[in-house]
Amino acid sequence: MINKVVANADEAIADIMDGKTLMLGGFGLCGIPENCIAALVKKGTRNLTCISNNAGVDDFGIGLMLKQHQVKKMISSYVGENAEFERQLLSGELEVELIPQGTLATRCLAAGYGMPAIFTPAGVGTEVAEGKEVRNFDGKDYLMEYAFDADFAIVKAWKGDTTGNLIFRSTSRNFNPIMAMAGKITIAEVEELVEVGELDPDHIHTPGVYVHRIFQGKDYEKRIEQRTVRKRD
Amino acid sequence: MLDKNGIAKRIAKEIKDGYYVNLGIGIPTLVANYIPDGVNVVLQSENGLLGMGPFPLEGDEDPDLINAGKQTITTLPGSAIFDSAMSFGMIRAQKIDLTILGAMEVSENGDIANWKIPGKMVKGMGGAMDLVASAKNIIVAMQHVNKAGESKLLPTCTLPLTGVRCIKKIVTELAVLDVLPEGGFKLLERAPGVSVAEIREATAGKLYADDDVPEMVID
Repeated sequence: MINKVVANADEAIADIMDGKTLMLGGFGLCGIPENCIAALVKKGTRNLTCISNNAGVDDFGIGLMLKQHQVKKMISSYVGENAEFERQLLSGELEVELIPQGTLATRCLAAGYGMPAIFTPAGVGTEVAEGKEVRNFDGKDYLMEYAFDADFAIVKAWKGDTTGNLIFRSTSRNFNPIMAMAGKITIAEVEELVEVGELDPDHIHTPGVYVHRIFQGKDYEKRIEQRTVRKRD
Repeated sequence: MLDKNGIAKRIAKEIKDGYYVNLGIGIPTLVANYIPDGVNVVLQSENGLLGMGPFPLEGDEDPDLINAGKQTITTLPGSAIFDSAMSFGMIRAQKIDLTILGAMEVSENGDIANWKIPGKMVKGMGGAMDLVASAKNIIVAMQHVNKAGESKLLPTCTLPLTGVRCIKKIVTELAVLDVLPEGGFKLLERAPGVSVAEIREATAGKLYADDDVPEMVID
């Protein structure tokens, strides 16, 4: 089997240069590639375009990269929990493209499926539609949205094997498998890296063909954004 | 006049046995607390879960298991997990029977604005544009008037739109209303103790009301 293993996050992201376009998996802080984000902050790569559903919080996730002014442009659907993001946006330091969440997801899917564009009704008649081709199918209008073109996709999985097959856990799956399919180079960090043969082929969410580099992650904080619980009696 | 829980209680009566339902953030989330016994529904969370359960017991919270509001939640027997593309695939393909979401403004032709206040609030639309563009059945839970007492049920929306001609039913602290296909709000029910005149006063868009509008039954 082809071996995709690299030593750590620093090695995995070593060739990500200034000005590149990155996809980062996760929803809120759930399932984000913590190790690679920390390595990018350490490396200080700048002028990045980041495609990610959210922008982290002020002191965690992509928020750490925003604070260092490493991000030139964010492409996201919801950025509400990040005051520094909002400040940079309103002051014009940061460029942002807000797009509907389903459009974001499906543009990833299209890239991973080798389809140049998709049609979606999301955003018809709104400012999201400005400058976009509208097509009518069976009496309903749809916007044409292009597949993403990202230099790197960085995802986090629960388990992976040395040839890059990935399994995700619970709702930390979210954007990770579809971004994994969509990057020109896909980097996966995993909580548990195993040898080939240890994962059941029937249980693989992302086949290793989509993954170029994989490493055993460490020290996961897995911060909870909104801790909501019921009292025990 | 209803409080937030009253609005949620009234909306819960619209949920039918066998429905798959997407609940937005805010008042819509409260609807889950009032689904009547014997009505089996499956709640979708658009970050990739069908069969959303209650909040976990203290100490059982799992950072990998959250809802679209980023709150820790639980699964239920029969739950299913999937990626974000499939989540919006089932929304776009109208597999979800009912969407309940909040709004800042709704216009008399069914346009909705709920994602942006130019120059002030730039949080983003999340999944709202996908939901309103595709859902076959949408109920809006909203306040009839803003804090300054101005109507949020308008002839045309003033804020950037989330979707056009997509809203058919609205539940507010004052009333239950339909948006008519030809335009205008049709008053269906009054909140307990609220008169038609008060609702008319609070509605800037065109309002159609019969002489005898029934009071809501919420318990």
